[in-house]
Amino acid sequence: MITVGMDLGTQKVKVVILKDGAVLARAQAFSGFDPTKAAEQAVEEVLKDTKLKLSDVANFTATGSAMDMAPYAKSTVSMMGADAKAGVYLIPNARTIIDVGAEEARAVKCDEKGFMVDFVVNERCAAGAGTFIEAMARALEVKLEDMGPLALKAERASPINASCVIFGESDVVSLIHRQESKPEIARAVFDAMADRISSMVHRLGVNPDVVLVGGVAKDVGFVASLNRKLGLNVVIPEFPDFVGALGAALTAVNRAKETPK
Amino acid sequence: MKEPSTLNDIVEFWRWQEYHRIMPNIKWTNNDLITAGVDVGSVGSKAAIMVNGQAYSWGIMRTGSNSPESANKALDFALQGTDLKVSDLKYIVGTGYGRVNVPMANKAITEIACHAKGANYIWGPSVRTVLDVGGQDIKAIRSDETGRVVSFLMNDKCAAGTGRGMEVFADLLQIPIEDIGQISLKIDKEPEPVSCTCVAFAKTEAMGLLRKGWSKEKVLAAYTRAMAVRMANLINRVGLEKELVVTGGQSKNIGIVSRIEVILGVKCLPMPNWRDNNALDPMVAGALGAALFAKALYEKAQKA
Repeated sequence: MITVGMDLGTQKVKVVILKDGAVLARAQAFSGFDPTKAAEQAVEEVLKDTKLKLSDVANFTATGSAMDMAPYAKSTVSMMGADAKAGVYLIPNARTIIDVGAEEARAVKCDEKGFMVDFVVNERCAAGAGTFIEAMARALEVKLEDMGPLALKAERASPINASCVIFGESDVVSLIHRQESKPEIARAVFDAMADRISSMVHRLGVNPDVVLVGGVAKDVGFVASLNRKLGLNVVIPEFPDFVGALGAALTAVNRAKETPK
Repeated sequence: MKEPSTLNDIVEFWRWQEYHRIMPNIKWTNNDLITAGVDVGSVGSKAAIMVNGQAYSWGIMRTGSNSPESANKALDFALQGTDLKVSDLKYIVGTGYGRVNVPMANKAITEIACHAKGANYIWGPSVRTVLDVGGQDIKAIRSDETGRVVSFLMNDKCAAGTGRGMEVFADLLQIPIEDIGQISLKIDKEPEPVSCTCVAFAKTEAMGLLRKGWSKEKVLAAYTRAMAVRMANLINRVGLEKELVVTGGQSKNIGIVSRIEVILGVKCLPMPNWRDNNALDPMVAGALGAALFAKALYEKAQKA
């Protein structure tokens, strides 16, 4: 049975195609102003890669902040539900899943079957999500992908007002004028984000294994700061940015079984 | 607002007016006690000169990347055209976010104390609650009839509603910052406040609303409303007692002040029209308060 999961995020659309619950292909596209079109493109890509047709797909399930705009979708699943499902599928001992995306961060507590038990979300403040790193990279005139490696070079974090993206931007500009070290500024950015995320996780209770997913999980600087704050090593699955889409594709398997064609 | 003369001219919508003023009715002699307050904020630097505890002159300018230099510049700006020199100032108090970096100050005092004192000077002894909206923080201050602080609450973790946040928003909607208050009131019906006030997300959110066909005025109204709600909540948490006044740069934003009045159901004491050449400016409240503390500290030192 072929199923497709689509995760329509604020920045990127991620798509995963499964055959009998095993991943066949992945694709992504920038959401831009038209997430529907971006999802269509990504779906087209996975179908091309697997030489399959739209009609071969038993069920399309969507998740993500723009899931209402998903094409082909026969059902949807909440982002927390998708995280729990795919998190436990990939790491069977996962009980806490932290998902840090471009504009949102979540911590989900789940059981051994991959069902969500509880969750906390930060969706109102950019200082707790990937946007923060992007804005600070711009202010530092550093490439986004260089921020993490840069931060790892620092012994300490520089004192900046990292509670808010807007304040952080103006602070970084004056620190650069004072010729403060860029690695220390980069580390301060990750430390501040990790602070926010870890206090969110603590509200849920830290139940190992703690799994980190979402696009920001690929940032070594953030991972180092988060590990320091939580006092443990988070587990990061392969393709952490596709975990939401995988959760949707796994949900699609159940949905296809519930509603025969 | 000047029109751009070429396409390469960038209109800086966030830029507010730097100015200095000498109060027309006040004269000084060498026998007078002349003091100064220098308030180095995160966004604006303000310096005020007082003659025997009366506001004489002040200067307001943007804070640069170097706090001590901004303090010096603001003080020079306040002294401009007065025939006074820094050496004529008997005592100087530094205040504001950058108060530890005011090189010529005899003493530093928190801006909370200075704003309460300055509000008491501008509006008189009936002031009990001061909302100070600065460049990077919002403070709700309770004070007594002498302008002494009774309690306060502060929000310094988020740009929503602060001067800096408003500057970013002015740029985003391409509306000059000094006009955003008036423009936010040019609506037929007050829209619901936006649910997410994060300035960093405002770009996508405001664009979404504009695409939905909202006018700039309506988008601005929805944001201003949300920010006024935040400020009103802070005032309620510290405990509102009449009379209420607003100080700091955002005191000039009529969109904010009038909405706070509606939400709280009280009128603020009337705002001085800072554009009049003999009027006080609530944006200088902190510097005025600092200059008053300078006077008291000087007199105390003389007695000792």
